Amino acid sequence: MEFNTPEDILNVGRKEFGKYRKFTPAIITVLVILIGLTGMIYSIGPDEVGVVQRFGKYISTTLSGLHIKLPFGIDKVTPVKVERIFKEEFGTRTIRPGVRSKYSSRSYSDESLMLTGDLNILDVRWIVQFRITDPVKLLFNTRDPQDNVRDVSEIVMRRLTGDYSVDGVLTTKREEINDLAQLEMQKILDSYQTGIQIVTVKLLDVNPPDEVKPAFNEVNEAKQEKERVINQAWEAYNKAVPRAKGEAERTIREAEGYALDKINRAKGEAERFSAVLTEYKKSPDITQKRLYLETLTDVLPESRQKYIIDPEQTSILPLLNIGREGGK
Amino acid sequence: MKKVLGAFIVLIILVIVMFMSGLAYIVEETKQVVITQFGKPVGKPVVDSGLHFKKPFIQQTRYFEKRLLDWDGDPNQIPTKDKRYIWVDTTARWKISDALRFLQSVTNEMGAHARLDDIINSATRDAITGHILVETVRNSNRIIETKQQGESLMLTEEAIERIKIGRSKLEKLILQEARKLAPQYGIELRDVRIKRINYVEAVRVKVYDRMIAERKRAAEMYRSEGQGKRAEIDGQREKELKLITSKAYRTAQVVKGKADAESITIYARAYSQDPNFYSFLKTLETYRKTIDRNTTLILSADSEYYKYLTEFGLKK
Repeated sequence: MEFNTPEDILNVGRKEFGKYRKFTPAIITVLVILIGLTGMIYSIGPDEVGVVQRFGKYISTTLSGLHIKLPFGIDKVTPVKVERIFKEEFGTRTIRPGVRSKYSSRSYSDESLMLTGDLNILDVRWIVQFRITDPVKLLFNTRDPQDNVRDVSEIVMRRLTGDYSVDGVLTTKREEINDLAQLEMQKILDSYQTGIQIVTVKLLDVNPPDEVKPAFNEVNEAKQEKERVINQAWEAYNKAVPRAKGEAERTIREAEGYALDKINRAKGEAERFSAVLTEYKKSPDITQKRLYLETLTDVLPESRQKYIIDPEQTSILPLLNIGREGGK
Repeated sequence: MKKVLGAFIVLIILVIVMFMSGLAYIVEETKQVVITQFGKPVGKPVVDSGLHFKKPFIQQTRYFEKRLLDWDGDPNQIPTKDKRYIWVDTTARWKISDALRFLQSVTNEMGAHARLDDIINSATRDAITGHILVETVRNSNRIIETKQQGESLMLTEEAIERIKIGRSKLEKLILQEARKLAPQYGIELRDVRIKRINYVEAVRVKVYDRMIAERKRAAEMYRSEGQGKRAEIDGQREKELKLITSKAYRTAQVVKGKADAESITIYARAYSQDPNFYSFLKTLETYRKTIDRNTTLILSADSEYYKYLTEFGLKK
């Protein structure tokens, strides 16, 4: 076959197509059925439910699995993830979650800076986890559920922070604020009929603003310093007092030693005297004389010069002279 | 089989034609519809979802939201009653309650937002300027209560102000005010909330200064508490040292005194058996102790010793 003009080609096409012309209705029917069939089957994942609308009107909610619906836009199915727990972050953003999650280094101070009840400013970061408990409410009652969660979360957290003191939010009242925030968020979301349930609200970092941080650190240091000074004082105390106690014991023991010594000596001397006395009494005169003379015998040779003077001689002047000469 | 199929196809074509021609229309769960005929509204707005019919070609459908809608205010700088300048950021939730009136008065959501801006902002401004700052920040007097429990707080004087209304009630006030004006736009205002309140930048810096000053004060307090405690412990130490040594001294003295006393008794008891003999012995002992190599002895002729000498001499 020769193709001389484009007409020839078309003619050939027409001729060929003509062969199938009688099948046309059947082909269209099959196509429609195929499209219909693909539009009639839908599947719902394990973590979702399907909300089915017929001509826009809600008719039913289907669970996970394979289902059939009317095709050609008569039935519309919207899958809603009811099992998943969603998370919203405030004052921070997770860039890449993982074992060590990476957080955005940008500051979201618009969200996180807030006034506390004592009119100070804090940088508060927190997260909210929520899930969808009522997909029908979620789809049909509010236009932007995520916006609602975000707004309500900010409203509640800022109101609560505004009701506590800086110290409270920074330290002791965190748990209390978490619990209250969850409760009050839920209350407001319920009043909007969002079909959302707050799973948890958790305060993350709560910090004083960067400008004020050094001053806060200074307080911590001062606390440490206080402890240190007190410890040093106790150290000095512990160094001195037990030692003094020991020394006091020594003083007392020494005194007791003195007492023992004194009494034993006294007893000894007394007994010696008594013993001597007993013997002395047997012949007092001679003993007395003997003792006297013995003593003198012992004593007199010791002295260098001895003079015997007449008691009649009253003046001792000559003696002094003698002594002087003798001394030379 | 072929008949059923044919009927089915015809039905589908019919439906498509119905929609294409404008005879039928669908109202989603989230929508409501106002039917207009050459621009003029016809009947009541359609709020029931599902398949509806109208006159084709001459009637038009206008769709409106049925769901709860957001309104987010522009942050507004407002002075409070105590002349503090603050940024107030409000948010509201609203609904189209009367689609027809809505269409007539504000046309669409953009128009509605503009009106809501007006009424909510003015109500907010009224409420904020009529109250002091702490009323807008706090919700209760919780802080004052904790302060009364003796917790140390960093408080400024204005913060100790007792509040009468608080944030929640203030929000209710704003809602009440703004709500009155909403129905004329076919709008139902459901909720107005204060989302953010913040000092304007200039004031914020001052607040930081104040916080720093306060923290420094607290730091000084801790330091001086430390010093005070140290002084106390030092004093305690000195006291205990004195107590220990003096007690020991006292005990020692008592022990010694008792011993002295006892020894006196012992001596006295022994020596009183013969005082003369005792003094005699003691005299002799004194001799022994006092006379040594440097002593010059002068013996009187009538001394005892001499007496002995002469006595014996005479006897010989």
